[in-house]
Order: sequence, then structure tokens, then C-alpha cells
Amino acid sequence: MDLSEHDPLIKIKNVHFSRGSKLIFDGVNMDIQRGKVTAIMGPSGTGKTTLLKLIGGQLRPSSGTIEVDGENVHRLRHKQLYQLRKKMGMLFQSGALLTDISVFGNVAFPLREHTKLPESMIRHLVLMKLQAVGLRGARDLMPAELSGGMARRVALARAIALDPMMIMYDEPFTGQDPISMGVLVRLIRLLNDVLGLSSIIVSHDVQETCAIADYVYLVSNGKVVEHGSPKQLADSDSQWSQQFMQGMADGPVPFHYAAKGYAKDLLGLEA
Amino acid sequence: MHISRSIEILVGFFVAIGFVAMFFLSMEVSNLSSANGDEGYDVTARFENVGSLKARAPVAMAGVTVGRITSIKLDPDSFEAIVTMNIEAQYDKLPFDTNASILTAGLLGEQYVGLEPGGEEEVLMEGSELELTQSALVLEQIIGQFLFNNESE
Amino acid sequence: MLNYFQQLGVTSLGIFERLGRSSLFFVNILLSIPGVIVRPRLLIAQIYSVGVLSFSLILISGLFVGMVIALQGFYTLSDFGAEGMLGVMVAASLVRELGPVVSALLFAGRAGSALTAEIGLMKTTEQLSGMEMMAVDPIARIVTPRFLAGLISMPLLATVFSAIGILGGYFIGVGLLGIDEGGYWSQMQAKIDFNQDIINGLIKSVIFGWLVTWIAVFEGYDAIPTSEGVSRATTRTVVHSAFVILLVDFILTALMFGDI
Repeated sequence: MDLSEHDPLIKIKNVHFSRGSKLIFDGVNMDIQRGKVTAIMGPSGTGKTTLLKLIGGQLRPSSGTIEVDGENVHRLRHKQLYQLRKKMGMLFQSGALLTDISVFGNVAFPLREHTKLPESMIRHLVLMKLQAVGLRGARDLMPAELSGGMARRVALARAIALDPMMIMYDEPFTGQDPISMGVLVRLIRLLNDVLGLSSIIVSHDVQETCAIADYVYLVSNGKVVEHGSPKQLADSDSQWSQQFMQGMADGPVPFHYAAKGYAKDLLGLEA
Repeated sequence: MHISRSIEILVGFFVAIGFVAMFFLSMEVSNLSSANGDEGYDVTARFENVGSLKARAPVAMAGVTVGRITSIKLDPDSFEAIVTMNIEAQYDKLPFDTNASILTAGLLGEQYVGLEPGGEEEVLMEGSELELTQSALVLEQIIGQFLFNNESE
Repeated sequence: MLNYFQQLGVTSLGIFERLGRSSLFFVNILLSIPGVIVRPRLLIAQIYSVGVLSFSLILISGLFVGMVIALQGFYTLSDFGAEGMLGVMVAASLVRELGPVVSALLFAGRAGSALTAEIGLMKTTEQLSGMEMMAVDPIARIVTPRFLAGLISMPLLATVFSAIGILGGYFIGVGLLGIDEGGYWSQMQAKIDFNQDIINGLIKSVIFGWLVTWIAVFEGYDAIPTSEGVSRATTRTVVHSAFVILLVDFILTALMFGDI
């Protein structure tokens, strides 16, 4: 499989997805390039996390295709899908560390599950990965003893344990203090470049994300509304990207959740 | 992932105690120690009336349990009850003319089959039938007879 | 009026849907059993948390249940002058019914609810999802070892329950009420049949273990991933388990002991 360097790593074609009666994606198209940091941004509740789960094959689109590294994720058999997932790392919003084992055990977990490496080798690898995120000293702590930022770094070390070709970050910056935010921003960019990964960041933190992203997709109402480099988007005259990039309260995304008329509502009149 | 030695030991104890309890139930509580399962031989006997005799009731000779009732059926032609009993293999020298009667353990106790040895040389084997039987005493009939006899005097 | 029928229809469809999903879930568990058997360490850790941690509860409850039966039985039996049958009464009620049923109910409350809460919380904190993304099947890694541990532990616990109950009955009957020691054991041995009573009781406890752990792991895996969802799932585990145990016990008893 000698795919060209310029062939996108992930091709998302006309994906529709709905949860219950609520339509989440209404024809999404994206190309995610190899070796780049691609950001997917949009207001909360637009299903950005859902998109990552679709790429990871945990959810199935109602129509459309998603190809990762030339393979249609939703056509794969169970075994092949698991094989593909070994090449994907994912960083969950909460970190999703296993709470009953230590930091060391968490990072060692994928290695122990998928490889038959001797324990001394696993120790080396785990310490290397922990060193990369700066937490080698925290190896014996339990997940409950970690701060939110540290938990995310441990999860990052775990995500790179199997040397994947890509990492998906689900809201990596939410709820972080400025210092750990800075650490994470630096780590994501650094790992991407040093390990030659492809990164996908799902976020609504405009500044931090734009600082490290090579390419940005803006998603709203189940569609890609804008895409381009961060600079292009900032300069864009589209109302939509202006509202989002500058954080204005009202605009194409209305301040008010859809409701009947205010006056009628207050007077208790049935619409 | 790495479970400590003490957990493994405790699990080992737990499983061992479970098996000890199982052994206790089989040997001390149940009849496994005395009866050797299905071994033994089946003999039948016909009774006019079995009273409240039930399957699994003991078969005793001289007060010692030597077997168990396996089934009780009605013969559709003679309207007699056919009782099949399993006698333990170690009691293989019961005379052929052994006599069977249905007795009651105590006043309100369970009914069982009591065997009285006969004098023949030939012994009971698989499928033999006990010819001499005595039916259960049914309390109502005894009381009825008693009253009837009193009246006639 | 039609609304009631509609409600009934919706409810029954919901029940069938859950039954269907839990059956599929069970098939997935079965398929992943070989993978767990080659890694017995996972199983041992779970037998510890499911079985060993329930052990003291079972031990104490069994002792007291046996003692109570002996006490109650003694007063009833002595009215008929049949105190000698006390051993039979204690052993038969424990081995046939109370051992499997009460230990399964206790097991559902102690281990079943813990299993549901644990798996439900792992789902809520995205640990299961995270595992899936690490290409580790959460059913094989998390659910199946717990299921097998329950299946193995339950008969052991029920057997211990019956055995300790019979000893408890012995302490009360022989030690306190002064019935004949030899009679206690010999009447028991004469009346309790190995195949009919002990084995049937064991079969019951295996079936209860299967049902309770199945319900518990399914409820956890199927829980709505919020704190309220997990608490509801935990409640459902205990309630459904208790209901299913009693219902299935009746059916099994009718099949095993009643000549129906």
C-alpha cells in the first residue's frame, strides 16, 4: 500500500448521521492531510465528538463514506477494524484513564494487550512515553491523584504508546488552566512534528487551536461552513466565521434557542 | 493487571472452601456415602394397596436400610400396585421367598417397605418378583373394621 | 381506553427490545470466552472482587439462617414428637431452596449491584469507549471475566451457605436444644439424596449465578452514561435479579421436585 504522500489520510464524503430524530450531520465532506494538524471547530453541540467516533468506527453513518488510510472504516470486519484502530490514537475529553490501575499501568495497557514484549521492554517504552509528556515522575500515582491537565497528558502518553499514525484530540483544552493549556498546545504540535503523526483536534477554543492548526474546518448545523488555514479564516468576510472566530454573542448562530414569540410566551398564549 | 499474591491466595482459599463445603454436603449430609448411586439390582413386588408409600422411600430389612423404592405403578389388568425397588449390590444373598410388607415408621411417620427373609436357597436377582407381600394398613379401614366388629358383638 | 392499550404495546415492545439486546450481548460474551480462558489472571482478579468479597456476608447469613430454621423447626416438630427430624428439615430446606435462593439474592445485592455500578461508571467516564479506541474489546476485557467470575463464584457461595447453615442448625439443635447428635446426622443422611437434592440445588445455584451476573453486566453496559443512569441501572439489577431468581426458582422447583 504505497499511497502517495499527498493523498489525504482521511476522506469523509457526504456523511449523514442522525441521533434519534435529531439530524447531526447533513452531508459533511472533509479531507484530512497527512502530517498536518487539522482542527475541526464549531459551537458546542454540533457533534464534533460524534465525528471522531464516526472516524474511529464506534458509530456508523446513515449514509456516506469515511476512508482512513485508504480503507472504508464501516466496511471493515470486526478484526480489521480493531487492526486499524491500533494505528489510531484518541484522546478523550475526560482522559478516559482506567481508574483501577496506576499511571504506569495505563500507559502500559495497550502494549500489554497488543504485544508480547518482555516486561523490561515495556518498562522502557512506558518511561519513554511518559518522559515525552513530562510525567515520568508520576508513574506510580493513581488516576484519581492527577489533576485534569496531568490526566490528559497521561492519556496522551497512552495514545502514542503503540506509535499510531494519527491522534484524534477531543476538546483537549477544555477546562484547563493557562499553564497546562500552554503545555498541551506545545505537546500536540511537538508530537505531531517529532513523531510524524497526523493530528485532528476537535475544539471550540479558537485561539489555542488556531495557534497550532495547519488547516481548520468550521462546522455548524451539520455542515462544513468554512475551511482554510487559520489566517484565511480570520480574514474571511463570511459573517459566520467572523462570529465564531471573534466570539460574538449573536449572529448567524442565534443567541436564543428556537422558541415561540417572547410576548406570547410571557402572556401564556398557546401558539 | 498485576494482581498481588495475596489476592491469588485468597481466591485459592475461597475455591478450596467451596469444594470442602461440597464434599461435606455430599458425604455428611446426603446419602452418597451409604448408597453407591445406581448400582444394585431391581426387584418388584405387587401390593393390593400401597397406602401413602412414595418413590424414594427406604427398603429395610431388620431395621437396616438396604435399598430404595424407585417407582410405583398400577397394573392396568389386575389393578394391583407394582412397586419397583432397588436393592444395594452388597445385599445379594436375600432368599427368593423373602416377604415384603408396607410398614409405617412411628404413628405418623413415613411409610417404608420392610423385608422378612425366607428360607430358600435361591436368591433374589435383577428382575425377580417378591411373591409374598402384605399391603399397607390404611387407618380408615382399621377403624372401620374395629367399629364394625364392636357393633356385631 | 385506546391509550391504555397503546401504553401496554409500547411497554411490551420495550421489554422485547431489551430482551433482544441482552441476548445479543450474551452471545458476544460467549464468543469472547476463549480469549479470557487463556488469560486466567483476569479471571482470578474478578473472582476475588465478586466471590471472595461476598464470602463473609454469605458465611454469616448462612449461619443465622440455619440457626433460625433449627429454632423454628424445633418448636413445630416437638409438637409432633418428631424432633429427630430436625436435621432433615434444616438440611432439606437449605440444600433445596434457601441455600441457592438466599445466597443468590445476597449475591445480587452485594456483587451484582457492584458489577453494574463499576461497568456503568466505566462507561460514563469513557473508559469503555477509550478501550475500544485502543483496539481492546471491552466485552472481552471487562465484561466476560466478570461474568465468568460470577458464574464460578455463585455455586461455591451457595454450597458454603448450605454447609454453614447445616452447622448452624447443629449448634442450635444439638448444642442448645439438646436433641440427639446421632439422630441429627443419620436422619439427614437417610433422607437427603445426593442426586435429587444436592445436585439439583447445585444446578439451581449455577442457573441463578448465570442470570444474576448476566443481568448485572448487561445493566452496567447498557446504562445511560450519567450518574442518574448508573444509579437507576444499579437499582434495576437488584430488583430484576430478585424477581428473576424467585420466578425461576419456582419453575425449577416444579421441574425438579414436583412430579409435574
